[in-house]
Amino acid sequence: MAANPARTPTPSTYDVERVRRDFPILSTTVNGHPLVYLDSAASAQRPLQVLRAVEDYETHSHANVHRGVHALSQAATAAYEGARERVRRFINAGSTREIIFTRGTTEAINLVAQAWARNRLHAGDEILITALEHHANIVPWQMVCEQTGCTLKVAPINRRGELEFEAFLKLLGPRTRLVAVAHVSNALGTILPVERIVAAAHAAGALVLIDGAQAVPHARVDVRALGADFYTFSGHKLYAPTGIGVLYGRQELLTAMPPWQGGGDMILTVSFEKSTYNDLPWKFEAGTPNMSGAVGLAAAMDYIESLGIDAIAAHEAHLLELATAALTNIPGIELIGTAAHKAAVLSFTMKGVHAHDLGTILDSQGVAVRTGHHCAMPVMTFFGVPATARASFGCYNTEGEVAALVSALRKAREVFG
Amino acid sequence: MDLKDLYRDVILDHNRSPRNFGRLDSPDGRADGHNPLCGDELSVFVRLAGERVEDIRFEGKGCAISTASASLMTEAVKGKDRAAIRELFERVHTLLTRADAPPDITLGKLAALSGVREFPARVKCASLCWHTLNAALEHGPATISTE
Repeated sequence: MAANPARTPTPSTYDVERVRRDFPILSTTVNGHPLVYLDSAASAQRPLQVLRAVEDYETHSHANVHRGVHALSQAATAAYEGARERVRRFINAGSTREIIFTRGTTEAINLVAQAWARNRLHAGDEILITALEHHANIVPWQMVCEQTGCTLKVAPINRRGELEFEAFLKLLGPRTRLVAVAHVSNALGTILPVERIVAAAHAAGALVLIDGAQAVPHARVDVRALGADFYTFSGHKLYAPTGIGVLYGRQELLTAMPPWQGGGDMILTVSFEKSTYNDLPWKFEAGTPNMSGAVGLAAAMDYIESLGIDAIAAHEAHLLELATAALTNIPGIELIGTAAHKAAVLSFTMKGVHAHDLGTILDSQGVAVRTGHHCAMPVMTFFGVPATARASFGCYNTEGEVAALVSALRKAREVFG
Repeated sequence: MDLKDLYRDVILDHNRSPRNFGRLDSPDGRADGHNPLCGDELSVFVRLAGERVEDIRFEGKGCAISTASASLMTEAVKGKDRAAIRELFERVHTLLTRADAPPDITLGKLAALSGVREFPARVKCASLCWHTLNAALEHGPATISTE
């Protein structure tokens, strides 16, 4: 990911009002106030371009893929495999064989856990994660540890919410078989030094899985430049529908892995004596896949590139900087996660007001933020808070919405005295 | 939706200064309640005299609604027997969930929770303490629950 883009003003060419017109849901009124949607890190909204691509597929092209000679089956196959090629270009993978469609990041990580780790790791082997991980990058590895007897190690973070890199290096050793890390922390917004992590892990002989769910919407990701062995992300945080996600894996690794789920589409031949498995990527896509989701994901990638991911990143960095400064001036607000390199996520608490109450009061003003543990309970434990409120920014948020957040927070202060 | 309906003065007061807050040494019943959605954690301790709740304390971390509801509950149930508490819980539940529920003047200060029903996402915050109390009472005079 690019160096910290903070202190970059929104480029004058970035027309956020035009962007907003692409997102019909943003004109919704909530509790008598215009919606201020600051929860894109949980799930981003979809632009018309995505909604229309999905509708167009369902209206004109739907049938089952890889199965028929009739026209619609071929159209559906072309749309689905076309989406795979779109994904390949978006993350600069070498081949569409390395792009596995999944339900989302969670399924992609579980696939690697069960098809790679479970078959290869033994007692004495170690999986190294960080203290910043989302539950989706913790629990699948705990399950593998129970299944194989291997051990889970956790690299610590500091009070700013940054990975303690020296401590990470100390935990990395000859027993480490896999390093599984977030590219960007969902709870705090911290951008992890994944290039250095990959280099160190490879030097130690370990593979690296990167959970990129929070990274791909905010920065250009090049899986080959990163040197990632596995990279995972979800469509719905990328302005695409839910239920579609991606596992990128290096071809030689995927080739050596057994299938995860069995069924149709993942086989070449089936007899009661023995079945032979399909080639990559279909070996890992048992059953009828989510074609309309894949089409929506491809459309979302087209959309992002039409805006320019660097322009989106600069716009979000500008909003983050504004919001950080504004929240610092509200009495009783404590920012949780103040890393030097951050994506557009602002996690915070307000003294004397529980995050859940904050969420309700903000909602009464039309401001949607996430409140709770953000599926990262160990992060909350580390900072000694039960929950935080989290505002996250996307391509469609505005300076006016930062002001609306600030005014809603002052309202909360007023209610609680 | 009016915030003042939810965050009434009684609620804010019990949130700031929760009554009967803390633990009971060697309680006759205790239970831990947890709302994984928002991270609320609550423990309820009861001392019984026969069927009657002689003393009650609670502790935990939670939002204003869950803290105030627990505080109000401890005041309301202290001195009452199990049957009366069960009946009270039913009336509180109606208050929290039924938009068409007529005003129930017998609820006293607990009626301050009526605003919660306009906020469906918050009903669980207000009812957590009651479910936890139920669990604490189920374990009977001789048993200490969960831990």
